[in-house]
Amino acid sequence: MASTTSQPNIIADSIKDALIAAFLAAVLGFFFFALRTDIGPGGLDLTYRWGLWFTAAAIVFAVRLLLNLFIFKAANPITRGIKLSAPEGVTSVVGRGLGPVLLALAACLPFLLMWLFPNRDRQYIDLAILIMTYVMLGWGLNVVVGLAGLLDLGYVAFYAVGAYSFALLAQHLNIGFWTALPLAGVLAACWGIILGYPVLRLRGDYLAIVTLAFGEIIRVVLLNWYDFTGGPDGISGIPKPSFFGLEFNRSGGFAEFFGIDYDSIHRFVYLYYIIFALALITNFVTLRLRKLPIGRAWEALREDEIACRSLGINTTNTKLTAFSIGAMFAGFAGSFFATRQGFISPESFTFLESAIILAIVVLGGLGSQVGVVIASVVMIGGIEVLRNLNWLKDIFGPDFEPTQYRMLIFGLAMVMIMVWKPRGIISSRNPSAVYKEKKKISSDMVAQGEGH
Amino acid sequence: MEYFLQQLINGLTLGSIYGLIAIGYTMVYGIIGMINFAHGDIFMVGSFIALATFLALVAIGITALPLILFITLLVSMLFTSAWGWTVERLAYRPLRGSFRLAPLITAIGMSIVLQNFVQITQGARVKPLPPQIQGGITLVEGVTDNGTIAVQLSYMQIIIIATTLALMIGFSLLISKTSLGRSQRACEQDQKMAALLGVNVDRTISLTFVMGAALAAVAGFMFLLLYGVIDFYIGFLAGVKAFTAAVLGGIGSLPGAMLGGLLIGLIEVFWSGYFSVEYKDVAAFSILVIVLIFMPSGLLGKPEVEKV
Repeated sequence: MASTTSQPNIIADSIKDALIAAFLAAVLGFFFFALRTDIGPGGLDLTYRWGLWFTAAAIVFAVRLLLNLFIFKAANPITRGIKLSAPEGVTSVVGRGLGPVLLALAACLPFLLMWLFPNRDRQYIDLAILIMTYVMLGWGLNVVVGLAGLLDLGYVAFYAVGAYSFALLAQHLNIGFWTALPLAGVLAACWGIILGYPVLRLRGDYLAIVTLAFGEIIRVVLLNWYDFTGGPDGISGIPKPSFFGLEFNRSGGFAEFFGIDYDSIHRFVYLYYIIFALALITNFVTLRLRKLPIGRAWEALREDEIACRSLGINTTNTKLTAFSIGAMFAGFAGSFFATRQGFISPESFTFLESAIILAIVVLGGLGSQVGVVIASVVMIGGIEVLRNLNWLKDIFGPDFEPTQYRMLIFGLAMVMIMVWKPRGIISSRNPSAVYKEKKKISSDMVAQGEGH
Repeated sequence: MEYFLQQLINGLTLGSIYGLIAIGYTMVYGIIGMINFAHGDIFMVGSFIALATFLALVAIGITALPLILFITLLVSMLFTSAWGWTVERLAYRPLRGSFRLAPLITAIGMSIVLQNFVQITQGARVKPLPPQIQGGITLVEGVTDNGTIAVQLSYMQIIIIATTLALMIGFSLLISKTSLGRSQRACEQDQKMAALLGVNVDRTISLTFVMGAALAAVAGFMFLLLYGVIDFYIGFLAGVKAFTAAVLGGIGSLPGAMLGGLLIGLIEVFWSGYFSVEYKDVAAFSILVIVLIFMPSGLLGKPEVEKV
């Protein structure tokens, strides 16, 4: 009964609220929708787009009204039927089963793609390689942020060090991918120690801003040290990896040796398995390290630094190992990136890249390995899907350019996922040290990302 | 010597702009302890609003330049504040009390959103505005081997430094004398206690964002007048440097933010004047790293007391 009497109120409230939202949108959008500055013949020209401005405000009004009526203010929100958290038993079964299922799927993914999409397999395998690269970077950063609790905003610096190490080694010393891979990892780890040593006594946000500064310094140096790094031109002609000395060539390579027909897809499949193996190594090493004293020390450090110190843990060394191991994985991923692209330039190593990797780790749920996979698939796969929205041109006319909305939607998705689930998509954790029985705990109970 | 003086003036001008942006960072950090990554982009939004207002005022036929500048300043402060308020309302308030990294991620997301929104609605090309305020005062004229060298203090620079000074004084008074400033300081010390004593915490935090955005709009307008070129990407670098300035001065401290801004501006200008233009950002960041290593709480910041 109560719901019927309050019904008119809900509608009136909703309309009022939607009007306020539309008014706000009109105020905010006035200088961006209604006015547009363009370079004209006599300096800057101002063009007026009242129609667009009005449409934008109307859309905000409509969306807000619908949200109000059916979700925010409704007595029975339509989202009520959608259970966001499955029952206890199901989650644990799904949670236990999800990892192995994803692993099996990833292991046979290239063949699955070749079988399902015979015409576009190369594109999809390339996308899978890209996603897998981000999974690896996410797992690597997880060591630093998720386990040791150090906020690193310049992770991409080590990725760049790995990529440039391999490219320069290949250019000057003619070293192949497999020799350069460990070297790139070691060099990145060394840079992790060099950059980490002076700054790791800083706490929280100070550390964050210093790592950001280091990321920018490395990028600016790469950009301006023309004689060594090629500056903005980058380095091209980076060699492709070989399969035990067999190149993926038309003649005399992999295909001939195994007696199969040459197909350019072989190289993509091979690259996929390389990054898959690298990512698995990252994951395996991380999971094993968690069980070693050093991993326990990382997690203890994350929870309480003072307690750690009073127990005799050398906090500087502990932080430094986390930092350099994270950097090493970024170095591996970087040299893989270089060999996949065949060309690198400082453009690929901007702060946005660091932000995307950090977003993947946090959106997935800090410290959750499966969460990183899900977040990479959603975010990176999502960006790529948005690249292929050309059918929207049929609706909005040929001037409509869907690809430019890609990063806008990406940013909005970051905000919305975080507001919806602040602890990330996977919000339960497996403690590494247990007292009696092993059970998952809520992520609210750990200090991940508190930035000590 | 003349060259040095000229660089000093240029550095102070640039530093004023960084200082104005840095205040927004330092206030937000002081009150809710988060790095507001979208603040640099609020500055960018402010400069775009100023540009559009300026052109619109010229288009409707106002000719008196001081009047145009004054109205532009007010309009851009007002509208940019609305942006600051909205960003806080949408992306940060729902996450109040959540764990620390969550608002950081939404801030980065908001920064991406703002950049791309402006890029889509206003186009990706740079917007040049011819210099509006010309002329200046010649302070010193010296003779060198290559001819005469004059130290110029342009009217533009006078306006920028004077406006910054006026805003800083007004702002310090606002924080120290008014009830709003008192509630802000209360929220900074202890939000829960402030709420118990009747301070509207949410409103105070919103107003902090609004004030920060208004100062960023002033900085954006100055940037537009000083450099004459803006694009959708100016917010990132200016934001990072302003945050560097805030950290350098001691985050949470208003005079510190201003001092840090001036220092970053001076370092940048002197480095490009005497060494190399390419590595001016490296210089600014290196100074930051060095200062933080030796004085971890910045120049004027209070040392962090860690309790068990």
